[in-house]
Amino acid sequence: MNNKAMLFDYVLHLADNQVIMAQRLSELCGHGPALEQDIAITNISLDLIGQARLLFQYAGKLDGRDEDQLAFLRDVHEFRNVLLVEQPNHDFAHVIVRQYLFDEFNFLNYQALCQSKDEDLAAIATKALMEVKYHRRFSRNWMLRLGDGTAISRQKMQDALNDLWSYPGEFFEMTGGEEILAKAGIAADVASMKPTWLANVTQTVKEASLVIPEGDWHQTGGKKGIHSEHLGHILAEMQFLQRAYPGQTW
Amino acid sequence: MKGKVYKILAAVKDPEIPVLTLEDLGVIRDVNVLNDDEVEVKITPTYTGCPATDVMEEEIRLALFVAGFSKIRITQVISPAWTTDWLSQKGREKLIEYGIAPPVEGQAKTALLEDISVPCPRCGSEDTKMISAFGSTACKALFQCQSCREPFDYFKCHA
Ligand SMILES: [Zn+2]
Repeated sequence: MNNKAMLFDYVLHLADNQVIMAQRLSELCGHGPALEQDIAITNISLDLIGQARLLFQYAGKLDGRDEDQLAFLRDVHEFRNVLLVEQPNHDFAHVIVRQYLFDEFNFLNYQALCQSKDEDLAAIATKALMEVKYHRRFSRNWMLRLGDGTAISRQKMQDALNDLWSYPGEFFEMTGGEEILAKAGIAADVASMKPTWLANVTQTVKEASLVIPEGDWHQTGGKKGIHSEHLGHILAEMQFLQRAYPGQTW
Repeated sequence: MKGKVYKILAAVKDPEIPVLTLEDLGVIRDVNVLNDDEVEVKITPTYTGCPATDVMEEEIRLALFVAGFSKIRITQVISPAWTTDWLSQKGREKLIEYGIAPPVEGQAKTALLEDISVPCPRCGSEDTKMISAFGSTACKALFQCQSCREPFDYFKCHA
């Protein structure tokens, strides 16, 4: 793989993380547990779509396709998002835990990318970081409120944490291309972020009166295009319009 | 010529907060008049997912077209990133008049929404509380005044 193809793959991975997380959250538009949470989740989704657009536009410059072709005309095996973001909403506890685990990572990842030697990536990361700070604040506060809430809310949060705990390990795996790009100061060195991420998450989980699940094993595959069954269903909905009416624009 | 174009752009209104102009928002980065009928405008988006950005572009296009430009190129510049510091003083005053509290200034802006005191745009009271960190648009949070009891929008710091 040449440098340009490696960079394209990497930018696509970043874009896919945002767009699939956004699509999942958008399912809650009009279905949030209360008006304020509905608006918050929809706003976070919108921010992530905005970030995905900037990343797709940049990837498109490297590849020749436009942002819509990249978002709407690729199939499951071509998506490079981590598996966590495609997991179903299930209940509000799962939504919050998934969001919090992702936000802590997204924050560290963008923070590192602000220093990237690739000017486009650094510019996008600088902008995105301002937004992710608010996302992390939202999901962290709900971790605390529900974890430290009633016996039922605490149990639901612990169940969600147990269900989702096998996914974040994948955040810190690096593909061959990513390692080369990280050495060149372009990609973020995600492997080195794990201790900080774990310390931040452990602190919040403790404060929320929850327990970090045991075991080190984690799910893997998303960054290589091997996905859970859920992604196909997400794409079926997200891509419907462009598949049925190719080339449609607003 | 450049000055004339700038004046036209400055008067274009923010579609979501129509009391603000693009000049108040501080989103116009540069103008290049290439020909009598050809112009390039560089703007910086406020929020990455802000739907107002696309509408702003259309309104810029329309205003310049009416002024006689037929070839209009709009380029988005994302670096340096827009921050709420770029809001003009006049813009801040217009926001208060409109009932929206402008972003806090100085040290407090790094604190996100914790521990900041946002004065009520209606009665000026400092005794206000946050209702929701996310509001009616990407740039706002929802607050309520404890003195006059009115809920109000707060233009969140972005820095
Ligand atoms: Zn008041």
